[in-house]
Amino acid sequence: MFLWFHKLGSPPHFYRIAGKWIPWLTWIFLAFLLTGLYGGLIEAPPDYQQGESYRIIFVHVPSAWMSLLIYVVMAFCGAIVIIWRMKLAEVVLISSAPIGASFTFLALITGSLWGKPMWGTYWVWDARLTSELILLFLYLGIIGLHNAIDDRRVAGRAVAILALVGVVNIPIIHYSVEWWHSLHQGPTVTKFDKPSIHWSMLLPLLLMAMAFQVYYVLALFQKCRVELLRRERNSKWVEEL
Amino acid sequence: MAEFIQMGGYASFVWPSYALVALVLWLNWYLPRKQHEKEMRQLRRRQKDEQK
Repeated sequence: MFLWFHKLGSPPHFYRIAGKWIPWLTWIFLAFLLTGLYGGLIEAPPDYQQGESYRIIFVHVPSAWMSLLIYVVMAFCGAIVIIWRMKLAEVVLISSAPIGASFTFLALITGSLWGKPMWGTYWVWDARLTSELILLFLYLGIIGLHNAIDDRRVAGRAVAILALVGVVNIPIIHYSVEWWHSLHQGPTVTKFDKPSIHWSMLLPLLLMAMAFQVYYVLALFQKCRVELLRRERNSKWVEEL
Repeated sequence: MAEFIQMGGYASFVWPSYALVALVLWLNWYLPRKQHEKEMRQLRRRQKDEQK
């Protein structure tokens, strides 16, 4: 097990494995995406309060979940970078940042497009929305910091520290709707008792969430392969490709 | 079909959301593929130069 992990951590091995997985991940992503879209846009009934507008949920909520999940992955990689100085963790960390920023951006925009017809406004400075906006700035800060430092290893350590410090924002985002009065609705799925959402809406929501998770791994592998080629330009394994 | 596109009068909020998600996901998929091709092209060029 440890040996397997150690091997996976070596750049040439990861490069090869990721390349093999990409076509499979693409098909799995498309399967989840199409069934999720069919369930969400066609099968699921309109909401009794929000009518058809609630259908934004099927892209909004999975995007918001991914924005948190990807940050946690990055903070985890940050810890590995600081403790073991593992090169691949640096690559995964920095390759995740644009994908995480994208999902955060999508969560904010789709949320405001949902907010306009339901709340009457695109934006309010309440806890949930503001903390999610801070998350976007954290992602952009990590990307900016990485670009500002020429030495890749130094840059890797610097963003690792920033990623770890920023993780304090994650529970704040999650609990913001409970800790503060918010226009944003409370959680309907991630509750300890039964989710207060009908399965005909929950199922496509979970399918879309699965699709986005597979998409993350797919996009991450592609970005990691490019980053590895750039970093290891002069190493023997790249020359032999 | 027309009813589906109208989204109960919320078409101008629902469809831009889906379109934007599609665009951003496509970009995150497409750009790394382009960059990978570019890196490989440069690598092939370097390999050629070395053989000369």
